[in-house]
Amino acid sequence: MFSNRMFNILVPIISVVLGLIAGAIIMLGFGYNPFQGYLALIDGAFGNAYFFGETIRQVTPYILTGLAVAFAFRAGLFNIGAEGQVIVGWLAAVWIGTTIEAPMIVHLPLALFAAALAGGMWGFVPGLLKAKLGVHEVIITIMMNYIALYLTNHLIRNVLTDTKDTTDRVVESAALSSEWLMTLTSYSRLHWGILVALVAAVFMWFLLEKTTAGYELRSVGYNRHASEYAGMKVGKNIILAMVISGGFAGLAGAMEGLGTFGYMPTHSAFTNIGFDGIAVALLGGNAALGTVIAAFLFGTLKIGALNMPTGAGVPAELVEIVIALIIFFVASSYIIRWALLRLKKEGK
Amino acid sequence: MENYVVEMLDIRKEFPGIVANDNINLQVKKGEIHALLGENGAGKSTLMNVLFGLYQPEKGEIRVKGKKVKITDPNVANELGIGMVHQHFMLVDTFTVTQNIILGSEPRRYGTIDIKKAEKDVSELSDRYGLRVDPKAKIRDISVGMQQRVEILKTLYRGADVLILDEPTAVLTPQEIKELIGIMKSLVKQGISIILITHKLKEIMEVCDRCTVIRKGEGIDTVNVSETNVDDLASLMVGREISFTTEKTPAEPKQSVLNIHELKVLDARGVEMVKGLNLEVKAGEIVGIAGVDGNGQSELIEAITGLRKTESGKVLLNDKEITNLTPRKVTEAGVSHIPQDRHKFGLVLDFPIGENMVLQTYYQKPYAKNGILSFNKIYDHAKNLIKEYDVRTPNVFTKARALSGGNQQKAIIAREVDRSPDLIIAAQPTRGLDVGAIEFIHKKLIEERDKGRAVLLISFELDEIMNVSDRIAVMFDGNIVANVKPEETNEQELGLLMAGSRKEKVGGE
Repeated sequence: MFSNRMFNILVPIISVVLGLIAGAIIMLGFGYNPFQGYLALIDGAFGNAYFFGETIRQVTPYILTGLAVAFAFRAGLFNIGAEGQVIVGWLAAVWIGTTIEAPMIVHLPLALFAAALAGGMWGFVPGLLKAKLGVHEVIITIMMNYIALYLTNHLIRNVLTDTKDTTDRVVESAALSSEWLMTLTSYSRLHWGILVALVAAVFMWFLLEKTTAGYELRSVGYNRHASEYAGMKVGKNIILAMVISGGFAGLAGAMEGLGTFGYMPTHSAFTNIGFDGIAVALLGGNAALGTVIAAFLFGTLKIGALNMPTGAGVPAELVEIVIALIIFFVASSYIIRWALLRLKKEGK
Repeated sequence: MENYVVEMLDIRKEFPGIVANDNINLQVKKGEIHALLGENGAGKSTLMNVLFGLYQPEKGEIRVKGKKVKITDPNVANELGIGMVHQHFMLVDTFTVTQNIILGSEPRRYGTIDIKKAEKDVSELSDRYGLRVDPKAKIRDISVGMQQRVEILKTLYRGADVLILDEPTAVLTPQEIKELIGIMKSLVKQGISIILITHKLKEIMEVCDRCTVIRKGEGIDTVNVSETNVDDLASLMVGREISFTTEKTPAEPKQSVLNIHELKVLDARGVEMVKGLNLEVKAGEIVGIAGVDGNGQSELIEAITGLRKTESGKVLLNDKEITNLTPRKVTEAGVSHIPQDRHKFGLVLDFPIGENMVLQTYYQKPYAKNGILSFNKIYDHAKNLIKEYDVRTPNVFTKARALSGGNQQKAIIAREVDRSPDLIIAAQPTRGLDVGAIEFIHKKLIEERDKGRAVLLISFELDEIMNVSDRIAVMFDGNIVANVKPEETNEQELGLLMAGSRKEKVGGE
């Protein structure tokens, strides 16, 4: 009845639908109209050019952090450190963007590269420790998140500025923002970064599915022993996977630094872009295309939700609960998988 | 009327597109050991899963102790006194023997588990059936053989009097097999009935009373073991004559291919497992290493293939030193390795079978150019191998996981032999396979020998060593303790040598 492929597509869709239904029940329970609520959400995400621009703007870093987590997953690693990699990537991009003078054709790629490099370095450390000493990457990446947060705050206050809480704005030649895109979308913060994110998704797909390097990464992800037996260098692949994963997350930071904000403020808490990337990757089945689609969904929910309090009177906290429910159903997708299999058995 | 404990009459079970069981009758008498014999994929496990309540049959009747029953799930089977010991154990590693046994039916006292009583019960049960398990030992600390006895105890603890054992000897050493056979005999003496799923004919002859044969999902016959012999059983099972003594011409050894000098290897704990070993394998001969598991065979193979660093000594291939090279360099030097554990080492189970066929060669032409894979070439290559080696798979895109054990092994052998290596290391190449597949693999190894390749065969099955090898090196305690010719020795002598008893011929050539 269902092929494997169908299955992989069906499960996340059902997860999302169940999450929406559960959210509707919660809204009903608290006396809000779920139809109005969801209509407000859709309106808030796509209702006019401004909202649409903001949605795409939000989708951009989600694609990249989703790819970061998905890529590591494919090599059998859990990169929970995308958050920290976003932060260092953000700083690196802004640093290059504020301190160097060069024509755009050099400056912008250089700033993006710096962000990817910084994120990659942040992935390299846990990768190296995992490969050489067998230290679990989850522990190290969590710690690296905190190091990133406080280190960047320190650098912004004491190195990039004179005890200020934000950096200068990046110069024109390093900015992703575009007057044209902004006017097109009634002055949303939409920027060219979406193209970077989509190129990154194609890059990940190509690397994993078409190259020998990707073959090794997938093989190591599935079965380390067989990979070693077959002559692959398991340690090298673990490090490589973490570096590339960190690079994606670093680029997500650049999206914020060179696009959305154009500067970097100090952060008192995590941005959550990296953590949301975990849910995006999970929903997207750790595949490039799936991650892009999942990122669109998350961006839509995030931006659309902003309209729910004004559009339908649903409090923002409830909106967070609805999103959490969707993630919950995605995370427990094995239950849905099981139910589908059951159906398949009986329906044959 | 005969006194049957379990009767499965005219059972039919279908899966989408295939009939897994059809027209099968299985009648088990009280207190007998009844073998269920069939090739891999013949439908033995399906039939037993029907009996155990995991599948519902489309047709047919099941009777337990004369009463017609409907077994809807394993709990019903348990209540009817049917217990199953699966091939892959279902035990919690970090729990003790007792904790595992009582799991799900714990004796309670004031709302807490009465572990004292449980331990007492377990040790009484264990004594009664001669199972010798330590109720307080943790599962991860005990041998595979003892783990299996824990599984048996688990079913007895739940009051089972019909035991289904699914290929119980596949994971055991020869000593453990002997013990298990003793246990089975003592169980039936006390009124327990056993259904033994197996494709090992010798075991059937040794321990079973009657034997039901199924082939391609159909019931073929039920025979009294005392009135039959291995050859008849084999042809019943396969549907054609099977030759057990593999046909081969005498070896014509040529130049030396593998030379090992004074090799010392430590295991992961740092214990010396290979202790100054010397070994030579020539082109055109099969050298069989006989030995009980754990005498350094695994470490020896890992050292040759580059998976483990050596402590001292030299490994030469065609007079070139390959000591401590990386696995890739060893492979490129001309060594193929059919690993002992095909799931852990031999295959990436979640890769399509086609991608598994280039596991060592994916980066070479024509499978890749400038780092980009050519999937057309890869899958064409896989298609050819699958045809040539008769790997039964729906297509090359099927995941390796979905194939039967025999076909997985054929795929590995296809991949390893096709590289035209100078040396083939085959570790337990036929473990868990049925006679048809075993025959095929033995033939292939001999064919490769005849093409002038050196073959190093490591096996715990003496039959295999005796049948296939041109020369036998007996390994004990990290050393080769004897070199013998198969035609000049017998299983008893080999058994003694493997157990470490020295004899005059020690040292061999």
